[in-house]
Amino acid sequence: MSVLDSKVPKGPLKDKWTDYKDHIDLVNPANKRNIDVIVVGTGLAGGSASATLAELGYNVKAFCYQDSPRRAHSIAAQGGINAAKNYQGDGDSTYRLFYDTVKGGDYRSREANVYRLAEVSANIIDQCVAQGVPFARDYGGLLDNRSFGGVLVSRTFYAKGQTGQQLLLGAYSAMNRQIARGKITMNNRHEMLDVVKVNGKARGIIARNLITGEIERHSAHAVVIASGGYGNVYFLSTNAMGSNTTAAWKIHKKGAFFANPCYTQIHPTCIPRSGDYQSKLTLMSESLRNDGRIWVPKNIEDVKAIREGSKKPTDLSEDERDYYLERRYPAFGNLVPRDVASRAAKERCDAGYGVNATGEAVYLDFASAITRYGKEQAKIQGITNASEAKIYELGQAIVEAKYGNLFQMYEKIVDQNPYKTPMMIYPAVHYTMGGIWVDYNLMTTIPGCYAIGEANFSDHGANRLGASALMQGLADGYFVLPYTIGDYLSDDIRTGKIATDTPEFDAAEKEVKERLEFFTTNKGEHSVDYYHKKLGKIMWDKCGMSRNAEGLKEAMTEIKALREDFWKNVSVPGGANEMNPELEKAGRVADFLELGELFAKDALTREESCGGHFREESVELDGEQEGEAKRNDTDFAFVSAWEYKGEPSDAVLHKEELEFNDIELKQRSYK
Amino acid sequence: MNLTLKIWRQKSPEKKGKMVDYKVTDISEHMSFLEMMDVLNEQLINSGEEPVAFDHDCREGICGMCSMYINGEAHGPDRGVTTCQLHMRMFKDGDTITIEPFRATAFPVLKDLVVDRSSFDRIQHAGGYISVNTSGNTQDANATPISKHDADEAMDAATCIGCGACVASCKNSSAMLFVGAKVSQYALLPQGQVEAVDRVKNMVAQMDLEGFGNCTNTGACEVECPKGISLENIARMNREFLSANLKG
Repeated sequence: MSVLDSKVPKGPLKDKWTDYKDHIDLVNPANKRNIDVIVVGTGLAGGSASATLAELGYNVKAFCYQDSPRRAHSIAAQGGINAAKNYQGDGDSTYRLFYDTVKGGDYRSREANVYRLAEVSANIIDQCVAQGVPFARDYGGLLDNRSFGGVLVSRTFYAKGQTGQQLLLGAYSAMNRQIARGKITMNNRHEMLDVVKVNGKARGIIARNLITGEIERHSAHAVVIASGGYGNVYFLSTNAMGSNTTAAWKIHKKGAFFANPCYTQIHPTCIPRSGDYQSKLTLMSESLRNDGRIWVPKNIEDVKAIREGSKKPTDLSEDERDYYLERRYPAFGNLVPRDVASRAAKERCDAGYGVNATGEAVYLDFASAITRYGKEQAKIQGITNASEAKIYELGQAIVEAKYGNLFQMYEKIVDQNPYKTPMMIYPAVHYTMGGIWVDYNLMTTIPGCYAIGEANFSDHGANRLGASALMQGLADGYFVLPYTIGDYLSDDIRTGKIATDTPEFDAAEKEVKERLEFFTTNKGEHSVDYYHKKLGKIMWDKCGMSRNAEGLKEAMTEIKALREDFWKNVSVPGGANEMNPELEKAGRVADFLELGELFAKDALTREESCGGHFREESVELDGEQEGEAKRNDTDFAFVSAWEYKGEPSDAVLHKEELEFNDIELKQRSYK
Repeated sequence: MNLTLKIWRQKSPEKKGKMVDYKVTDISEHMSFLEMMDVLNEQLINSGEEPVAFDHDCREGICGMCSMYINGEAHGPDRGVTTCQLHMRMFKDGDTITIEPFRATAFPVLKDLVVDRSSFDRIQHAGGYISVNTSGNTQDANATPISKHDADEAMDAATCIGCGACVASCKNSSAMLFVGAKVSQYALLPQGQVEAVDRVKNMVAQMDLEGFGNCTNTGACEVECPKGISLENIARMNREFLSANLKG
């Protein structure tokens, strides 16, 4: 038997969570006061968990590297949050949300976790409305919904194009209430640099105060990692500049298995890169695919003319355009899941049809939507014989109300007006489905150490559907972890405060200090960014949207060599006992340089195509699905959980076999 | 383009700071302002100098972490953007650009262009929330309809990113746009009514305690706000404050 015990409760799928909650051990309110919990990260998962744990009575110590918990990168999520409310009466249900999520994840997620996620989704919306989150409403005063990719219902709740911001500010407000009560001790501008284990259990962390550089010891009865994903291993991604894997990687090195690192989401609708100086990529919300149509020119001559500037995209007639998603996937059209849409864009651009100078861009066009809305408005407002210009004006107002801030953002970056000319988009790294392996309780393989939100691997399989990240973050933080952690902490009511003047803390602190000292004293030649960019290029070229065995082997060798060079030749200005952003980056990139190699190893091991992981060796060779990704359920229906053994290439694979009892494994067809 | 940068350098909160001149060359007009700063920092690191510390994170105008007072304006010369969204096409070859931290008593400088805005957090601790526990038993989200108009106005107020440009732009270093936005968001929603009286009183008291100045209606905050938060929110807060005090 595998060393991995998922602890999925017995019984029918729909009763598991309710029955489980009814039977877990609880900590009585008086005892909760004697128990401390550390939460690292204050995004949707960490913020909601901190607030809820504090409401329950635990003493929470929260940490974020930003200057305020309100700035965690969940804030940048634009489109929305899914919930099986069925307010639209379009046949949505808990089962359907569960089904869509498992199918969207290409049958590589754990059934019981996903069902629970779908089950608590409706509570999230209720909770957020009660907190004063201003979701979009219709004229009757009720909540509005939109559609996202990979589903056939409208279940996405939103707040303009700033849903993540509003949900995070909701969680932040809940935190503020507990900070004011003294139940959360908030440590802003702090970075966790190691976890401390005592008798095998997670009992604290070593953190660096990013203002003074001071190294601090913090103890607790449990440690929750909510530090997000590792998309910045690619250097360029839609993640924030500071987003990093350090907290997750440190617990991995101390015994937490890392699951499915190769599952990365490359989001189809981002603003294309413009030059070598580029520091990050900007997402255009998937919600735009509700109304935008994606195309490239049908004829290669038109592509050339557009690149040279002798033709404009608006010069091309309908039959000179190739709406390739609508052509290839008539059932889902522009709303296919993200992995499918991204690969289709890459396919067209690789064939030479990219529409900008770099050849890496396709159009996202709103003209049809503007006309459609315009006609509808003309009818509503009783304007007969409206001119084309009037219809366009009416339609533009509707599109502006729906996506105004996104259009403005696009114009500011690209310097083109997307109401007048189609947007240019290209896929970019956006989210990582892989992460720390957790059981049904969200506990890692280190007792007392939990991972929630994007930091864990559990709910999205090999591909995440749009508007599901916010749902998962808040589900974990508000409604799952606060229950499951009690079951573990019920054994700790007599433990008392965890001391920090112990050999375990001494050892961890020493290790952290030595590493910082290395960076500040090493007389190297290259900046941290030099290495980060090189790593990013290897990752994008060889572990990007499509992968093959040869490239992955090369990636492993190249990353190892780059890492060795980094530890010899990196140069970090400034000292350790002061605010030093370069020193922060050095530590993060050092961890990315290890994770990248494990990523490639994982991708090499998984000799199938599934979700965001596309192996060129594994495609359908004939029939209706020719050229589409080919999954292999016989040999690969498992979670890859890697155990750290020193070098990333020495990591040991443990398999959690995935069982599907309530869902039939099928090829994902969006045709 | 080639530029001269005059940048505020300050080693730590206690140390004295000063303006230092730097030159950068071959800057593309498509770069963001912070990418231009990255070029400068890479240049400084390679020549063995300490890079300029500045706050930044999402680089897409939503986290509120970036600040900088550029040529006498918070977030620089463009409108409706944060510094990270400001593009170099707003400048021309040969320009001299002055870059300072946000200046306010309640925003002490930590290093170079990095300031401490934790006073904003403390104002939120004083009342920027609705007291509802997470239970899974809150009433259905559609049980209380909210007029689209009110919901939209609440949303407009809630878009505040807490960057502090309003404070930096105000000659009195007033935080009333920031506080007004939060007070307004809740004042416009039925969920916020129960605690409305205490909320506005407590948040205003904390704002005063932190050393922010008063509002004299110059409107600079609204002009420089990257999210277009309206002055109406200050008026609404004043009404809420007055009626809260009348209610006792």
